[in-house]
Amino acid sequence: MATAAPKVTQAAAVRNPGTELDLAWVASVRVNRSAAERRARTLPTRRTVKREWQVAWLLRAVRCLDLTTLSGDDTPGNVRRLAHKARQPVRPDILQGFGLGPNELHVAAVCVYPNLVPAAREALRGCGVRIASVAAGFPAAQTPLRARLLEVEEAAHAGADEVDVVISRAHVLRGEWRALYEEVRAFREAAGGCHLKTILGTGELPTLRHVAQATLVCMMAGADFVKTSTGKEGVNATLPVGLVIVRQVRDYAQRTGYRVGFKPAGGIRTAKQALEWLTLIREELGESWAQPETFRIGASGLLTDVERQLSYHLTGRYSAAHHHPMP
Amino acid sequence: MSTRVRDLLERLEYGPAPEDPRPTLRWLDARQRRFRLFIGNEWVEPQSGEWFEIRNPATGELLAHVPQAGPGDVDRAVRAAREAYPAWSRTPDHVRARYLYAIARQVQKHARLLAVLETLDNGKPIRESRDIDVPLVARHFYHHAGWAQLRTREFPGYEPAGVVGQIIPWNFPLLMVAWKVAPALAAGCTVVLKPAEFTPLTALALCELILEVGLPPGVVNVITGDGRTGELLVQHPQVDKIAFTGSTEVGRRIRQLTAGTGKRLSLELGGKSPFLVFEDADLDGAVEGVVDAIWFNQGQVCCAGSRLLVQESVAGPFLEKLRARMETLRVGDPLDKAVDMGAIVAPVQLERIRQLCEVGRSEGARLWQPSWAVPQEGLFFPPTLFTDVSPASTLAQVEIFGPVLVSMTFRSPSEAVALANNTRFGLAASVWTENVNLALDVARRLQAGTVWINCTNLFDAASGFGGYRESGFGREGGREGMWEYLHRPARPAPAWPGRGWSAPESHPSPSNRPEPTTTPPVDRTPKMYVGGKQVRPDAPYVRFVYGPDGRLVGEVGEGNRKDVRNAVEAARAALPAWAAGSAQLRAQVLYYVAENLEARAAEFASRIAAMTGDLSLAELEVRATIQRLFSYAAWADKFDGSVHSTAHLQCLVLAVHEPVGVVGVACPEAFPLLGLVSLVAPAIALGNTVVAIPSQRHPLAATDFYQVLDTSDVPGGVVNIVTGDREALALVLAQHDDVDALWYFGTREGAASVERESAGNLKRTWTNLEPWDWLDPASGEGVEFLRQATQVKNVWIPYGE
Repeated sequence: MATAAPKVTQAAAVRNPGTELDLAWVASVRVNRSAAERRARTLPTRRTVKREWQVAWLLRAVRCLDLTTLSGDDTPGNVRRLAHKARQPVRPDILQGFGLGPNELHVAAVCVYPNLVPAAREALRGCGVRIASVAAGFPAAQTPLRARLLEVEEAAHAGADEVDVVISRAHVLRGEWRALYEEVRAFREAAGGCHLKTILGTGELPTLRHVAQATLVCMMAGADFVKTSTGKEGVNATLPVGLVIVRQVRDYAQRTGYRVGFKPAGGIRTAKQALEWLTLIREELGESWAQPETFRIGASGLLTDVERQLSYHLTGRYSAAHHHPMP
Repeated sequence: MSTRVRDLLERLEYGPAPEDPRPTLRWLDARQRRFRLFIGNEWVEPQSGEWFEIRNPATGELLAHVPQAGPGDVDRAVRAAREAYPAWSRTPDHVRARYLYAIARQVQKHARLLAVLETLDNGKPIRESRDIDVPLVARHFYHHAGWAQLRTREFPGYEPAGVVGQIIPWNFPLLMVAWKVAPALAAGCTVVLKPAEFTPLTALALCELILEVGLPPGVVNVITGDGRTGELLVQHPQVDKIAFTGSTEVGRRIRQLTAGTGKRLSLELGGKSPFLVFEDADLDGAVEGVVDAIWFNQGQVCCAGSRLLVQESVAGPFLEKLRARMETLRVGDPLDKAVDMGAIVAPVQLERIRQLCEVGRSEGARLWQPSWAVPQEGLFFPPTLFTDVSPASTLAQVEIFGPVLVSMTFRSPSEAVALANNTRFGLAASVWTENVNLALDVARRLQAGTVWINCTNLFDAASGFGGYRESGFGREGGREGMWEYLHRPARPAPAWPGRGWSAPESHPSPSNRPEPTTTPPVDRTPKMYVGGKQVRPDAPYVRFVYGPDGRLVGEVGEGNRKDVRNAVEAARAALPAWAAGSAQLRAQVLYYVAENLEARAAEFASRIAAMTGDLSLAELEVRATIQRLFSYAAWADKFDGSVHSTAHLQCLVLAVHEPVGVVGVACPEAFPLLGLVSLVAPAIALGNTVVAIPSQRHPLAATDFYQVLDTSDVPGGVVNIVTGDREALALVLAQHDDVDALWYFGTREGAASVERESAGNLKRTWTNLEPWDWLDPASGEGVEFLRQATQVKNVWIPYGE
């Protein structure tokens, strides 16, 4: 069954340059919470994939993974370990069982604090895994703008390919859309050639309408990705929030022709959840969006469950966590 | 697997995800795929000796044979229910509650078998039978276990309605069993149920669960067959009530067949429900709402939101979003867990859908379907959108009962309401806006039994479901639904000498003219009362009114069908303002009528005495009338609706009491003033307007009464009085399609013809035989009257920002 992709004129490789801030558009955004929740609740019951199809979907999820560690006790040592897992996210014998060579699958990126970018860079040289650094006063964005901008610049300097910046939730709460727009514009400039992911911190935004409006303003300001959460808020990525964001992404693409990526992050731990997020993208944006260029899953613990699930498909036996190399 | 995975990894497609049907097929095999009739807790061979095939509409596979119940079989089933009735109706509430609770548990335990069987039989997606139908079935039995437990306390003075014949459709085969059987058993009725001939298997499976819980024999009997079986059941003299869900056409026929039999009737019929999208709606949310409205169960839903009305300012983007969404719908094997639409139930239904689409095209409507094709094998039809449709189009008026949406645009909220209400039906409506003021205003103005705001096709056992207009009458679910299976036992009524039906009918002759006097009294000319004006009859003929001694008391106009027509038009015109006015205002008006009547009490008593002969009884009647006016003035702002406790979180379900509309009232012969007021007062207290035909033999109390109305601020047209031949005029009201309800107190023959003729627009009829004890408030006033004057609209309001 064919899926009608939105009419997007630009190729995926073209970055979203952003637009002027269109406050009338922002004001016109409507989100009905109960309807969004109903759609999000029934979506995983309307779609499912089994057998080889599920294997393919899980491998696709691995391709779209931002393997993440964002802890106070991160050191070059555990980041190197993470990087090795990123290069070889699934045991070679399992990949072979599905007809894939040991170098045919890696995750999209590793995601670390700015201080650990050099270590990650060292460990990932030449393997195609990108380096994402959080920045801009992660996770609360409550530091002076100058310091946050400096942090973005430093992360880019240190060799990050992507910068995941947190937005000032206060701007959203206070409806200061121009301030938000200018902040994200400034981040984009500071990030230079790095792709910019804007983290909304949706667990700290009061309503779904705020989520939709913040998404829209970030896209207008030139964000390459919109990301749900830092993983540090009380509530992480939820399907209703994701639904609201991707619907804005779709409208933006239809009106401007630019494809903005989407990254749910935080609390995604099971293979089943990964399939649900892929289903959301597949249904609301179309298959072409479910590529690392426009879709990421930010997670740290997810990979082990995916690997166990893949192992089960291959052997018909339920697998144990310790049978798979830890990140 | 390996090359496959590499390929699939690049395409990210949905593969097959079939629910395994084998356990269910084994269940069928274990029954030799041949079922019998379920009568008195036994599986019995049909006396008819006839069987028919049940096939899977998705594959054409033969699933089973079931019997075609004939006259002997229907009789046997009804007799079993009749025999079981005395004991079951006296079974303690708590014991009935235990049985219903046990059925609910059984349904949950066998949930997957029932879901797969439903999908095999009906063709609906397994997601729906698994996630919607079967859970709602269990919920319905749980909820009604509660009503069984509470029946005596919650419905004092009421008894079960008796033996109930229930006929259900094929679109929700098992859910409709639950909707019918659960309230019947909770009330204490026994049941003969006929499932639809296309889809009887889950009803038969439920019989096994009924056996498992040990329900006494004969309480539930299930007989299979087509419309002939249904008709036999409808006509069986031992059945006290018929509950039917299905087409309006068959509903009309059942109304005619049961007319005058005393059988009670509840009908849940068709619809062409509007789906309104305002410019400030969450358009993506509304698109998903459309999916739930018209592509749920392949659109084979009586309350399907099949008429899309979009505000012009957003119609373009909305339809674009809708078409994009239609492209992502998946149609196919209903057992596949990842399809949105399964198979159409039967070839005849598929053919009807195709034909109606052709009619639409030939009328100039534009058809749009997604780019992909539905499976060639099996009975499939793609999701379909028609644009360039107007209210005059066949597609905008006729129920298609398939996955076909027709769309129109509107310019303003008022136009939206006008278009939405421009239909014979009134089952449901869905309203999408982020503006609570607009949402509630529109909800109140829509003629529909259910209004879903920012949602659609939500159901719950605690909320009543049923139609306005030609979508039927009666409610299913909640307290509203329980009334359908309860009745007030007949009360003994005194026969008052010289009154009404027992009064002597005399003929004009010179001998009973009044004695001539030197100064003749000023001639009085009682008129009709129409639209707040005293009017002469259309054709100036008179009807003489005599006293008990045969003396001429006066004359009234002989009303004809044109007088009734004028009165109905006046009542219709007065309705919107009266219905929308405050209850306080209506109470005030009724108190004022009482006040002005009191001032003329002696005159009214003597006038009644002149017609009936008994002054002290007449005085009693006037006093009782004043009290009755006080009762309904009191009730005007107290017969409230309620807020239902459904299983849906964060959703208010408001059961709003609304007037039925224009109510025709054929008054009893006895008690010419009290009888009139006992019927008119509850009707107008709750916002209805009335066309009353007063007592045929003693009409002068009514014609005097309009002077009281005139001086009591009753707005013109709220009460209209047409004098004349009661039976003939009642028949005109029954045949009038702009009359919403007709209350008749008179003869058996009159009741029969009123009921028969009401089938035209399926107006609600309430027929009662005289005599009736109007002086006793226990029978002459109360909730029974108020319920007749009300229809319940359930408004679903999900909330949360």
